[in-house]
Formats: sequence, structure tokens, C-alpha cells
Amino acid sequence: MLEYRVLPAGDTALVVEFGDRIDQKLNAAVLALSHGLDAAQIPGITETIPTFRSLMVHYEPLELTASALVGQIEKQMHNLNTSASVGHVWHLPVCYDPDVAIDLDDVARRTSLTVQQVVERHSAPTYHVYMLGFLPGQAYMGEVAPELSLDRLENPRTQIPAGSLAIASAMSCVFPLETPCGWHVIGRCPIPLWDHGRATALLAPGDKVRFIPVSIREFETLTTGVSQGALRLEPISEFVGAAA
Amino acid sequence: MTTALRIITPGLSTTVQDLGRPGFQRLGVTVGGALDPISLGAANSLVGNPVNAGVLEVLYVGPSFLVDADNARLSFVGADAEIEILAHASAQNGEAVSSMRSVRVRRGQVVRVGSLRNGATLYIAVEGGFAIEPMLGSVSTDSRGRMGGWRGRALISGDVLPLHRSAATDRDEYRIEGLDLAPPCRVRVMCGPQSDYFAKTEIERFFASEYMVGAGSNRMGMRLEGSPIQHCRGFNIISDAIANGSVQVPGSGQPIVLLADHQTTGGYPKIATVISADLPAIGRLPIGSKISFTPTTIEEAVAARRKLAVDIEEINRKIIQITPPNAVVAARLLECNLISGVYNAAA
Repeated sequence: MLEYRVLPAGDTALVVEFGDRIDQKLNAAVLALSHGLDAAQIPGITETIPTFRSLMVHYEPLELTASALVGQIEKQMHNLNTSASVGHVWHLPVCYDPDVAIDLDDVARRTSLTVQQVVERHSAPTYHVYMLGFLPGQAYMGEVAPELSLDRLENPRTQIPAGSLAIASAMSCVFPLETPCGWHVIGRCPIPLWDHGRATALLAPGDKVRFIPVSIREFETLTTGVSQGALRLEPISEFVGAAA
Repeated sequence: MTTALRIITPGLSTTVQDLGRPGFQRLGVTVGGALDPISLGAANSLVGNPVNAGVLEVLYVGPSFLVDADNARLSFVGADAEIEILAHASAQNGEAVSSMRSVRVRRGQVVRVGSLRNGATLYIAVEGGFAIEPMLGSVSTDSRGRMGGWRGRALISGDVLPLHRSAATDRDEYRIEGLDLAPPCRVRVMCGPQSDYFAKTEIERFFASEYMVGAGSNRMGMRLEGSPIQHCRGFNIISDAIANGSVQVPGSGQPIVLLADHQTTGGYPKIATVISADLPAIGRLPIGSKISFTPTTIEEAVAARRKLAVDIEEINRKIIQITPPNAVVAARLLECNLISGVYNAAA
């Protein structure tokens, strides 16, 4: 059985922690425990929040004691199936044109690569969606190629536009809303990751994402299509367990 | 005829809040909701609303607004403030109204709320509530996520907040007595989840210190100023989920208590978490005040939560009818209105 520890986060939440690193195997355990607890519909559990390597479980302590909850978690851990989760594969169009990628030149300079190399290296991998957080629908996707790994900006920007694709250390994010940000903006995605009207997120933890470079003209066409409601991105495929 | 409150001046930061939208944090959606849910509930009870109806949450400096409904019943619960009802928009002086009570206002009158004293928050409820479409089950304003409330932001001058009722029900006014809303000087916390990022001496320092609520504090977090807390394993952790009341310690060593609008995830170690029973109280704590932290156990925290649930039930028993004084206020308002009418005619 996977090692884990349970940490208190006040009297209405606890944290099940699987390790101290960003790792797809640990993340798979987090998601499996999250699905297991949700499926078990345990009275008193109010919400589970999966993150990179830990799961926060919110509960009502007047209905379910902390020790009873720990017992339920132990039970789930004994039967944990990390290969049964269902995910989707997405191809997200991204425009890496300097017009919408304010830090692309700077990233090239900092990494001693050409702009073209930065784009190639960033769009090459299939990314794993570890978690959603910070803003509605904001997916943390990894891993960015080691040669593109940069610390955050010394001086965070007060505002970046919605749809900005940015990198910091091993992670890529598309920021779904206009927001202050200390990451390096290297592109823009025309597809909204958060649907305000229906309050739904495009991506889910465990999904796989490829970034498909598009020209500024294609970007504008896609943006128009989205704003007119004529365009909706569908996943490329569905998978069970570890994705290809 | 419209039925609305028309915002003349918005105050420092006035937002529509209810008990927030729990259940969607896994999507990155902040829970939000009133900083002091007890005052929210009491304000709603005074006007006969369900305790979780959306109200206006005022921070530090209150708004002024015009009543654009036949009449409306309002209530004010929270920090002390000068609250006046003016006969019309250009009136200079009005009738003072005390907080912790309901009051009936009429079309054309202006409600003016001044600066708050002895607390950070004041809640203004209106009978029937605001006609605002809930988002994910809540009308709370999520400014960072730009959703809920009035256009996903704090109120600005010119906003027109639609009301469900065009007139108040015909009944006497209520006040609430013996509800202690004093901001705390000490709150209880449970250690963790990342107390292992701090040496024992640093945890002791945290409990022995008195902190001041810093000027950068807002609905997301209360920035404390005082004795810095050193980390023993660095100040970056792999981002994980944040609970309401988490006390995170960034690189500066100055703790931040995360409040209702905190982001769902974050990357600083959290030395302790304020217990749920003390969250409404810490929500009232204004900038500049002093606060200390006391360690407690899960057993004590749950007992305190149980007691708070009983106390909240008791609030309804603290609500008292105030027939005669209300009749006097109404008469005075009428008088005030007539007098200003005369003034206007003369001008």
C-alpha cells in the first residue's frame, strides 16, 4: 500500500498527503482516493479537493468525527485502484505569436534558446493535468521541458489577459481570467477553460493535453468562433488508467 | 415601477454576500461568503429572510443608496456606524438609525452609512433579498473569479440593485439584544497542516506573540505584523489546498490568516488553522487591532463548534419587537420629509 499521512487543517478539514514531490504516480493516488471517497458517499464529507500530491477532505465534524473519517480513508487506501480513472485527451490550440506572448523573447533570452526552439520545446510534450486551482478552471499542467524551467518573475505583473499561456518551473497554465501573475507569458489560448455561463471547467485533473501552435490569424478566427458560440472544443479521445 | 436600491456612493468595498459557494473548490472556485456569517444571519433574521439570503457586506466605510421601491425593510448588524436616513438625495441631515435593528424606508429616501467603528464589517439586509441570479448556488461576490454578486465585483456608484419585494410586509420592527459582536483579541487554532516546517521554538513564538492586523488585509487574507516566524525547511511547499482560517507563513515570516475569499490552493507552509467556531469573530477584526493565537485540540474545537451552533439557534430568541419606538421614528421621518419639502418649495 502507498505510504501516506493524514494532517489536520482545522476542525472541518484534513489533508491526506502522499509525498513531497510533483509526481504523476502520487497524483494518480490523490485522484483515486478522491474518486473513491466521492463514490462512497460518506455522510459528513462535504467536499474533496485534489492537488498535486495531497487530497483535502472537508467534513462536518458534528456528523462525522475526525477519527471516523481517518478510518474511512484507511478503508479506501486498502482498496485503492489508481488505474481505473477515466480521463480525456485534449488538443488545445495556442498562439505563440509575440503579439500575444509578451514574455516569449525574454524566455528565449533567459534560456539561451531561439524563440522557435522555445515554441518547439513547449509544444512537444503531452502534459498531465495535475489539478485545478487559483482561478476557476485553471489547470496546472506538467512537465515543462527542463531547459524551459524558470523561476517566477521578480516583479509579478498586475494584470495579464484571460487565456494567457504561461510557464513557471515545471508547470504550464492557461489563466482562464484576467489576473495578476508572476509567470512567464509565452502564448494565448483562444478556447475558454472556464465557462462562466454554465460554470464548468474544460479540463479535469488526470486529463492529458497537447498544445497545438496556431498562427495569429487562426487565433483570431478561433476567438471569433468561440465568442459567437459557433465553436466548442471536444476531447480527442477518452482513456482509462494511464494515458498514452 | 422599479424596485431597487440605487447606489450613490459605494463605500470602501461593499459586496453582495451570503454563505458562499462551497462544493466547487476542486474546480478552482473560491467559497467566499460573509466574513462574519453570524452577523449575516442576524441581519437576515431581523427582516424575516432565510439566514443565508444575500445581503450587503460593508467593509470599514459604508455606502449611501437611494430607495427606489414603494418601501423596503432594512436591517443593520455588525460594527458600530453612523447610519442616517435622509428624506431625499439632496438632504444634508437625516434621522439617525441605530444598528442591530430593522427599519422601514420609503421611495426617495436615502440611506447613508458612515465609517465603521470597533469592527471591520457591517451587514445590511433587505426584506425579501436582492433579485440576483445565484451562480453555483450562491449570490456571493467572487471578485477574483468575477462571478456572483452584482456583476462579479464590489459595488460602484450608479449600480442599481434589484429587489425581490416592491414593498415591506406590514409589521412592527424588530431589534436584537445581547448579541456580542466584539472583535476578539485571541482566537483558537489547531496546529497544522504544515507545522513540521517550523521548529518547536518558532511555534512557541507564534503562540507567545501579539500581532497587529496589517493594512494590506482584505477579504482574501489578514496580513499580520509582528514577530517573524522562521521556517526550518524553506518557505515553498508543493501547492496544496487551503482551508478557511489557514495561517500561512510566507518568506517574510509574517503570518497571513486566509479568509473567505482565499484562493483554493497555495504554496506557503501553514503553521496552524483557526478553528471553525472562531472564524466569524476573526472576520470582524479590523486593520490596526491586535490579535494572539491559542493552541487547542480537535475535541475542544468540535465542542466550540457545537456551542456556536446552539448560540446561532439562540439568536432568534434575542430578537424583540419594538413597536412604539418605531412609530416615533416613522412620525419623525414624516416630519423631516415635510420640512425638507417646504425648504425645496422655498428654494
